Amino acid sequence: MLVSMNWIRDFVDLDGQNIEELIHRFTLSTAEVEGIEYKGADIENVVVGEILSCEDHPDSDHLHVLKVDGGDAVYDVVCGAPNARTGIKTAFAKVGGRVGQMKIESAKLRGVVSNGMCCSEKELGISDDHSGIMELDPALANGTDIKKVFPIDDIVFEVDNKSLTNRPDLWGHYGMAREFAALTGRELKKLEIMENDYTGDKEVAIEVRNTDLVYRYTSVRIENITKKESRMQMKIRLFYCGTRAINLLADLTNYLMLELGQPMHAFDGNKISKIVVDTPKEAIKFTTLDGQERDITTDTLMIYDNETPVAIAGIMGGLDSEITDDTNSLVLESANFDGVSVRKSASRLALRTDASARYEKTLDPEMTLTAVKRFMKLLFDVDKDAKIVSRITDSYVKKYPVITIDFDKKFIDRYTGIDISCDRIKDTLVSLGFDTAQNGESFTVTVPSFRATKDISMKADIVEEITRIYGYDNFAIKTTLSPLLPAKTSMLRKEENMIKDLLVKAYAMNEVHTRVWQDPDELRDLGLKVTDNVKILGSADDQGVLRRSLMQSFLPVINKNKNYKPSFGIFEIGRKVNGTRADGTADEVRTLGVALYSKAEPEKQLYFKGVELVNTVLDELKHKKVNYVKTDCVFDYQHPKNTSDIIVDNVKIGVINTVHPSVLAKITRNAAIVMIEIEMDTLLGIDADDLSFDEPSKFPGIDYDLSLVINEGTRYENIEECWTRDGFKELKDVSVIDMYDNGNIKSVTLRFRFELPDRTLTSEEVQVDIDRILTNLRRVNVELKL
Amino acid sequence: MKDKIEALRSKFSSELKTVADLSSLEELRQTFMSKKGAIQDLMKELGKIPNDQKKDAGQMINSFKQEVNEHFEARKKELEELALKALLDHTESYDDSMPTGNPCGSYHPITLIQRELEDIFESMGFDVEDYNEIVDDYNCFEALNIPKFHPARDMQDTYYLTTPNQLLKSHTSAAQNTIMRKYGDKLKKYGRPIRAVFPGRCFRNEAIDACHENTFFQMEGVMIDKDISISNLIYFMKTMLSEVFERDVTVRLRPGFFPFVEPGFELDIQCLICGGDGCPSCKNSGWLELCPCGMIHPNVLKHGGINSEEDPFEYTGFAFGLGLTRLAMMKYGVGDIRVFNDGDLSALSQFVSR
Repeated sequence: MLVSMNWIRDFVDLDGQNIEELIHRFTLSTAEVEGIEYKGADIENVVVGEILSCEDHPDSDHLHVLKVDGGDAVYDVVCGAPNARTGIKTAFAKVGGRVGQMKIESAKLRGVVSNGMCCSEKELGISDDHSGIMELDPALANGTDIKKVFPIDDIVFEVDNKSLTNRPDLWGHYGMAREFAALTGRELKKLEIMENDYTGDKEVAIEVRNTDLVYRYTSVRIENITKKESRMQMKIRLFYCGTRAINLLADLTNYLMLELGQPMHAFDGNKISKIVVDTPKEAIKFTTLDGQERDITTDTLMIYDNETPVAIAGIMGGLDSEITDDTNSLVLESANFDGVSVRKSASRLALRTDASARYEKTLDPEMTLTAVKRFMKLLFDVDKDAKIVSRITDSYVKKYPVITIDFDKKFIDRYTGIDISCDRIKDTLVSLGFDTAQNGESFTVTVPSFRATKDISMKADIVEEITRIYGYDNFAIKTTLSPLLPAKTSMLRKEENMIKDLLVKAYAMNEVHTRVWQDPDELRDLGLKVTDNVKILGSADDQGVLRRSLMQSFLPVINKNKNYKPSFGIFEIGRKVNGTRADGTADEVRTLGVALYSKAEPEKQLYFKGVELVNTVLDELKHKKVNYVKTDCVFDYQHPKNTSDIIVDNVKIGVINTVHPSVLAKITRNAAIVMIEIEMDTLLGIDADDLSFDEPSKFPGIDYDLSLVINEGTRYENIEECWTRDGFKELKDVSVIDMYDNGNIKSVTLRFRFELPDRTLTSEEVQVDIDRILTNLRRVNVELKL
Repeated sequence: MKDKIEALRSKFSSELKTVADLSSLEELRQTFMSKKGAIQDLMKELGKIPNDQKKDAGQMINSFKQEVNEHFEARKKELEELALKALLDHTESYDDSMPTGNPCGSYHPITLIQRELEDIFESMGFDVEDYNEIVDDYNCFEALNIPKFHPARDMQDTYYLTTPNQLLKSHTSAAQNTIMRKYGDKLKKYGRPIRAVFPGRCFRNEAIDACHENTFFQMEGVMIDKDISISNLIYFMKTMLSEVFERDVTVRLRPGFFPFVEPGFELDIQCLICGGDGCPSCKNSGWLELCPCGMIHPNVLKHGGINSEEDPFEYTGFAFGLGLTRLAMMKYGVGDIRVFNDGDLSALSQFVSR
C-alpha cells in the first residue's frame, strides 16, 4: 500500500518532525516500509505561464512557436502540444529548471530557439495524462511557482501489504495517521464529516436476505450532482497512491477507500430502486464493470436491484449500473461483508480488487456510517448544488462484541522482561484508541472497534501494542534464568549422522535430496510407471503421487548424472509412503536410500560392494550380522533374480537389488546399478549388541586353508553352517582369502584359524576338527577343490 | 710353493680387476676360497712338502688366504656401494603435481548447515527433534492458532493429501504441539525447561524458479519456562545468531504477524556484506530479514498442554524459525535454489565437509 505523507498530515500535525526518521520508526513499530519516493523532488523552476501568442512553426507541421509570459519576462518557446493556444495559462518550465529526468536548456528546435518548456501533467509526475499541456485556472498570477498551486511535493512510502494482514485499520490513511500520532505523541485530529441535512422520511430500500455473510449495509441517495471532475489536489493524491482519476464520483469512492480503508460503491441512482443482498439461487453469468463476463456460483454474495444483479459484493460492481459521465444521482454503498466469503469469492473468480483485499482483512463495521458522512462532506466541498434525498439508511445485521481486557503492570513486566512505567502504558494505549481505565497498577482497557474484529483479544496482544510503540531497539536484553541441563543427541540423529559419515567418508558417496512425489515424465523416460499411492489432493492423473520407494526418485537422478563420472554413488535419508495404515492415514517411512552406479565395474562386483556396505553399516551401528533372502520383485525396476530382503535379528530392515535390464538399457548400455533401501525406524528399533572384547591368545594358533568347489545354487550361508552349527571351540575365525569364478567353476579358499587361550594346540587336535568339518561339507555336497 | 702362491696372487689381482658386479665377484670367490678352490688345492699340496718347510708354507698359504679375503671384502663393499648408488640413480623422482582422483564424497548442503546449527543448539542445551513430513491439520494449523479461514490454509499454498486430514507439512511449526506434549511433563514436574529445535523438510505449492522452491528446509526452535520474556528472546536470538555467523551480529526486531506468536516479530540482522551501509545483497537497506520469531501464543501453549485454561500465562516461551535453505544459500553463496533438489552431482559434489 502507498501512503502519502501529505495525506497523513491532514490528520496529525507533524511539523518539526524528521519525516524520514519517522518512517523508519514506522517500520520498527508498525509495518515494513519497502521504499520511499520523494515526489516533486525532480520538479524545479516550473511556474504558471501565460501563452500570449501561438504561431505555427515555419518548418514543422505540428510544432508551434509561442510567446509565454513567465511572470518575470516573456519567453520564446517551441511547443508541440495540440492544445497550445493563445490565452491559456499552463505549467511552464524555465531554462535552468528541471522536469523529471529533463534539464531545461535553451535549444534550437528546427531552427527556432526555444527558451523553456510547457508541461503536461505526466511530465510533472502528477498523472499519466500526456494528451496535452496543462490548462490552469486563468486567475493564477503568471510566474507563481507551480508547487504553490498544487501539492506536487510529497513523500510517499510503500508498505508491504503482507505485513498489514492482521491490521484492517491500516488499510487507509486515517489509521496510518493514528500510528504516527502514537509514535510522535501528537494528537490525532477528528475526521471532518457532514451530518445529513435531509429531514424527510424517505429511506434507501435495503433488504439483506443473506444475514450470514453481511455485517452491515449503509446507504444514502444523492441527486442533482452536476460537477464531473475532482479537484487537482485529490487527483494528485489518488495518483500518488496508485489510483487513476476517473470522474468525481468514482474518485470520491476511491479516495474514501484510501483514506478510511472502507470500500464504497456508487451506483447510478437512476438504475437502483431497491438494494437486495443475497447469494444467487443458481449459478449465473454477470458482467463486471471491466467488461468481463463472469461465472457466479451460488456461494458468491451479490448485490441486486430487486432481482437484477448489480454487483459482486465486496469485489466489483456491474457494467450496467456503473457511474458514467452522465450520472447525476447516486445510491451509495458503504457496507461490511464477511471477510472469508469475500476472499473465497475473489479467489474463485480470480478477481482480487482493492476492495476485496480490504474486506478479507475483516474490516470494522462501525466504519460504514462514518464513511458515508465523510463522503458527503467531500462531495459537498466540491459540489454545493448536490442534494441528499434520503435518510442515511443503515442495516446493521451483525455486531462484533465489545472486548475489554484487564491486566496489571506486573504482567507487562514479566512478559517483556523490562520495566515500562504505568504512565507510558496508559499514554500508548490511549494514543492507539484504547479506552483505558487505570487503578493504581491495574488497567482495564476497551479494544477500539477497528482493532476488535480479530486482531486484539487478549493480554498478550496488549503487550505487543505497548512494546512496539516503546520500541524493541530500546529493550534492555538479558539472558534467561532457566537452569542449563545437558542435551543429549538422540539415537535417531546419531544413527543418521553415522550412516552419512560412513557413506561419504568410506564410500565416497554423494548425498542428494529428492522430491517426495513421483515424477511421471521422468519415470516414463525409463519405461517405468507411477505406482499407486497416497497423492496430493487436486493433482491431475498420475501427478503428485507420493513415492513408495526412494528409488523412484533415484533412477531419474542417476539418469541425469550418467555422464558425470564412470562410477558414483548417491544416498539420501528421506521419506517414502507405504500406502495407508489401518486408520486410513499415510504410512510415512523414514528411509535410507543408496544407489551405486558404475560403467567400469561388473554388476556382480558392484552388487557385492552394496552387500559389503550394508554389512558395514550394521556392524558399525549394531555390531550385528546381516542375512539376505532372495525375494520377489515389488517394483518394475527390480531385477527378478537379484532382489533380496535385508534381514537382521529376523526382522526385515530393507531391500537390496540390481536393476532390471530393460531399465538399464534406457539409461546407458554396459552400466550396472545396485540399490539399497533401509527403513530407518526399523533399524533404530534393533538393539545393538554390546561390543565384546576377546583377549588375543598368548599361544600360537594354527591356520588351515581349504579350497571348496561351490555348486550352482549353493549359498555360502549353507556352507557356513558346516562349522557354525556344531560349535568348534578351537575355531577362532574363518576368512575368505581367495575366490575363483570362471563362469563354470566357482570356488572359494577359506582360512580357518584355530587357537586356544590357555595352551598351544597340536596339529592332531586341529585335524580332528578339520575332519569333522569335511564330513559336514560332504553332507551338503561341497567338495574340496583338487 | 712360494712361486705357486705368487702365480695365484697375480691371477687373483688381475681377475679381481675385471669383476664388475657382485655375482661375478662371488664366482671369483668360489674359484679361490671354496672347498674345491685354488687355495684349498694349495693346502692339499702341503702334505707333499717336507716337514721342516711345512710350517712356513702353511703360514704363507694362510696369509695369502687372508689377503685374498681382504681384497675380496673390500671389492664387495665397493660393488655394493656402486649398486646402491645405481639403484638410487635409477629410481624415478615422482611428479607429485600429477592430478589424482579424490575418493571423497559429499554431504548435502542442508546436512552441513543443519549439523552446524544442531551443534550450536546442543551446546546451548537444546534437544534436537525429528518430525514427520506428513502431518495432520490439527498439528499444522489448529494447534498453532491458525483458524479455519486463515489464508495460510488455502489449497494453493498447502499440499493436502488424499488421506483424511493430512497434508505435507507447510512449516516446521507443525511439530510444536508434539514437542510441548513430549517435554511438558518434565517441565511441570521437574522444572526442566523445554528447549528444542526441530529441523525438517517443508512443502508449499510454488512455481519453481531460481528463488522459489516447493520443497525446502526450516529449523524451528522453542524455549518454554516460567518467566521467559521478550528481553530473553532478543538476547537469545542475538547470541545464537552470533554463533551461527561466527561474529557479533546486530539484530533488530520489527512487528511481524504470525498467528502462533504474540507478539510476533520479523528479525533482521545488519547486512554482513556491507555492514549496514547498503548494498545489492540487502537491497540497500542495510538489513537482511532473517527469521520470524515471537512469544508463543497463549492458545498454542494451551493446545500443547503447557498452560491451563485458568492460568494461561503460567509458563511463557518463545519460538523462532530459521530458513535452512536460505541460510545455506547465504553461507555457501548458492545463487540458484534449484541446486538443492535437482540432484546434479557436478554441483552437489562440491559440498565436502570441512
